[in-house]
Amino acid sequence: MPVLCSSCEQKRAVLKRPKTGHSLCKECFFWAFEEEVHQTIVSARLFSPGETVGIGASGGKDSTVLAHVLKVLNERYSYGLKLLLLSVDEGITGYRDDSLETVKRNQQQYDLPLKIVSYEELYGWTMDAIVKQVGLKNNCTFCGVFRRQALDRGAMMLKVDKICTGHNADDVAETVLMNVLRGDIARLRRCTAISTASEGEGVVPRCKPLKYAYEKEIVLYAYFKKLDYFSTECIYSPNAYRGHARAFLKDLEAVRPSAIVDVIHSGENLSVREGVRMPVQGNCSRCGYISSQALCKSCVLLEGLNRGLPKLGIGKHHRLHGKILAREPLTQEEERKLKAVDF
Amino acid sequence: MCQVDEEYNDRLEKRTVPAVSQKCVKCKEGSAVLIIRAGDAFCRSCFKEYFVHKFRAMLGKNRVIYPGEKVLLAVSGGPASSAMLAQVQEGLSRDAPKKLRFKPGIIYVDEGGACGQRLEEREQVIAQLESIFRATGYPFHIVHLEQVFTLPSSVLEAVSAAPGRPEGSYKAAVDQFIQNSKLDGSVSPGDVSPAQDSALQDAQLRLSRLDTRDTPNGTPPFTPQHGRDLERLFASVRTLTAREDLLQTLRQHLVLHTARAEGYSKVMMGDSCSRLAVKLLGNISLGRGASLAADTGFSDPRYGDVVVVRPMRDYSSKEIALYNRMFGVPSVFIPGLDTKAPDKASIQRLTESFVTKLQADFPSTVSTIYRTSEKLHTACPPQNTDSEPSAKCLLCLCALDTKVEEASAFHATLVSERLSQKRVTESPGVRAGNTNTPASGGQCCSSRGEQDGSCGGGGEGCCSSNRVPPSLDLKSLLCYSCRLTIKDTTALDSLPQYIVTEAERRNRRSQMKQEISEFLLDEEEDGEEAS
Repeated sequence: MPVLCSSCEQKRAVLKRPKTGHSLCKECFFWAFEEEVHQTIVSARLFSPGETVGIGASGGKDSTVLAHVLKVLNERYSYGLKLLLLSVDEGITGYRDDSLETVKRNQQQYDLPLKIVSYEELYGWTMDAIVKQVGLKNNCTFCGVFRRQALDRGAMMLKVDKICTGHNADDVAETVLMNVLRGDIARLRRCTAISTASEGEGVVPRCKPLKYAYEKEIVLYAYFKKLDYFSTECIYSPNAYRGHARAFLKDLEAVRPSAIVDVIHSGENLSVREGVRMPVQGNCSRCGYISSQALCKSCVLLEGLNRGLPKLGIGKHHRLHGKILAREPLTQEEERKLKAVDF
Repeated sequence: MCQVDEEYNDRLEKRTVPAVSQKCVKCKEGSAVLIIRAGDAFCRSCFKEYFVHKFRAMLGKNRVIYPGEKVLLAVSGGPASSAMLAQVQEGLSRDAPKKLRFKPGIIYVDEGGACGQRLEEREQVIAQLESIFRATGYPFHIVHLEQVFTLPSSVLEAVSAAPGRPEGSYKAAVDQFIQNSKLDGSVSPGDVSPAQDSALQDAQLRLSRLDTRDTPNGTPPFTPQHGRDLERLFASVRTLTAREDLLQTLRQHLVLHTARAEGYSKVMMGDSCSRLAVKLLGNISLGRGASLAADTGFSDPRYGDVVVVRPMRDYSSKEIALYNRMFGVPSVFIPGLDTKAPDKASIQRLTESFVTKLQADFPSTVSTIYRTSEKLHTACPPQNTDSEPSAKCLLCLCALDTKVEEASAFHATLVSERLSQKRVTESPGVRAGNTNTPASGGQCCSSRGEQDGSCGGGGEGCCSSNRVPPSLDLKSLLCYSCRLTIKDTTALDSLPQYIVTEAERRNRRSQMKQEISEFLLDEEEDGEEAS
């Protein structure tokens, strides 16, 4: 017996919503999914009319769906936004070059301008070169830190008012769990915020319009809309610890499908005790980017790479910041600890 | 990568084999008998000292238990709460200056009725526990989960917190107590210590109770009807996650009621840090983030007049197991709801196995998670400080976390549910709640009702039964997480009467308030405390 769509009660349902368990037909699902993103945008007041918004586009499912939905909503509800795509080329052969092809196709399909910034032009290092020096351990630290800054730099080149990223509900919930497991109270408090406050110059505010969208529903949306996206895992990311949080979240979802949004609800309602020490935001004394230390993480990582001491930015070596700033050499003992481990 | 791991494993294993003839790291004399953490080898007597000190330090640091105060020890029979009982005994038997000075009592909640245990098994367990409790000489209360059906609805009424003691009053209270007991001592011949004194009182108290109830050979403390009611209630809960949550809530109500009835102002829970780490992560996964600090911190002030404290929160389950074994602390194994359940049977179970497994690979997991709880805020959000009852969850009694801004996970789920249903049945607060039943195809309340012959889980709007009036709106009285639990409960009419009564009372109050709302000048003044 065919199941009827629970929304229109006329057409045959083609899917069961992972988020609510309802059976919906294709049109009602599209409508519900887009409406929900719209509600998120409206209730959190993510945009104001006339703004230029850069969509962080990797070519993967999340950012592809984000670009598509934003374009649809911008027209349907006359947000009055100027949308453009912003991509980062990390320089990973066999992965990013392919996914950037997808982004270039999206650019034409959605008729949005595209800007690509590359690690090579910003930092003088591609991820391929970094991995050659660092090895497969901790390389994601470099990539993540560099990408954050690269997006900001790209956004500033294009004079963008806001950046939106394709982070979905699963990503946010996973980050909540991750930060609990790591005991990182400062990030735990920040990670559920839908948008970053504008933190002064050099930083473009960011937001996550898909914050309440389930990953599975994003895939369903892309599948039924026949969106063109790139779905390969990064070749350099056997990302151990986050993997545990991810696996745990997937299991939670299997036990109780609402668990993903329940975790986010928990994260949004945590209150941190007064008197717990929080990092103070300052600026990097070398490049001016936001940083809680004298040197921002990406300058430290870069310094490590350029000195041939890749572990300089892995773990905490705040004591060495003074020496780096003064361009002094490190002692042999210090250097020995920071060299790449040979296997 | 796998290759690398394998090679390392081999080397690591060799390194962790403990040296047999190691000396104790503390006294450097006795030969070590156990290793608490990597590198910390203790001899028997130093371990005992370390263990005992931790308990006293925890109480000393927090200073919430005043001398002479009646404290109810919640003992489940498991290793942690049994160790807690042993620590209280140890502390009360000390010589004058270092003595603990509160008056303990014990409570055990027999949950066999919800876990499908046979009556004979339950009696056996209770007999075992009674002999342990009797040996302590403290008064004890054995309460059966079936007794929730006789609880008064006053359990759920918020009681305003005991007048806050000013800072520095703790020391004054201790001095006062010591003076008083010195006076007592000089009066009574043969230097009767206050301990003996209170033991005498306690014995009398116990005797007075013996003939009334809780006797194994007398009439059972609950009727067979209540037994069936409890079975029906738990059978109507669709998921083990919700069953465990409901059990926890009802157990808490029983403990709270007993504490109030018997005049205890503190309840001690035996949660170890391993347990708390699981609880913290589990509660986050259940959507209990708002009350996380109260649920896992040292003290939980949510009930107002009765404060829950967790003095075992610095011990790992491993330390407790070692102590119990080494010093012969008796404990009783009692199967619970999730005993023998597979890892993915419930969120609580899943979290426990996740943390345990991660702890095996990353030994700092438990302590890292546990330390997170110390950085969280215990106090309720400011708007709820006046302990207005309607602002607390009907079931878990925490501050309601559903009055949040529109840009929130809570509202996002409401939007999702609304958008996925036909709009005819729409009324505020009514949701067809079958999020967790993959089997059912139908969505709105009415269609579900026809399908499985019961009313839609969570869709209280369409429930009709003898005891629960069709209009009873339970959901608006519940916190985010308790809503999920009630959503999984199909037969809401099987909830104990005290919950239904209190829900109706609160609904009437809020209706009244709505009717007169335009004439109220100050929203804060509810006048509820007077009731």
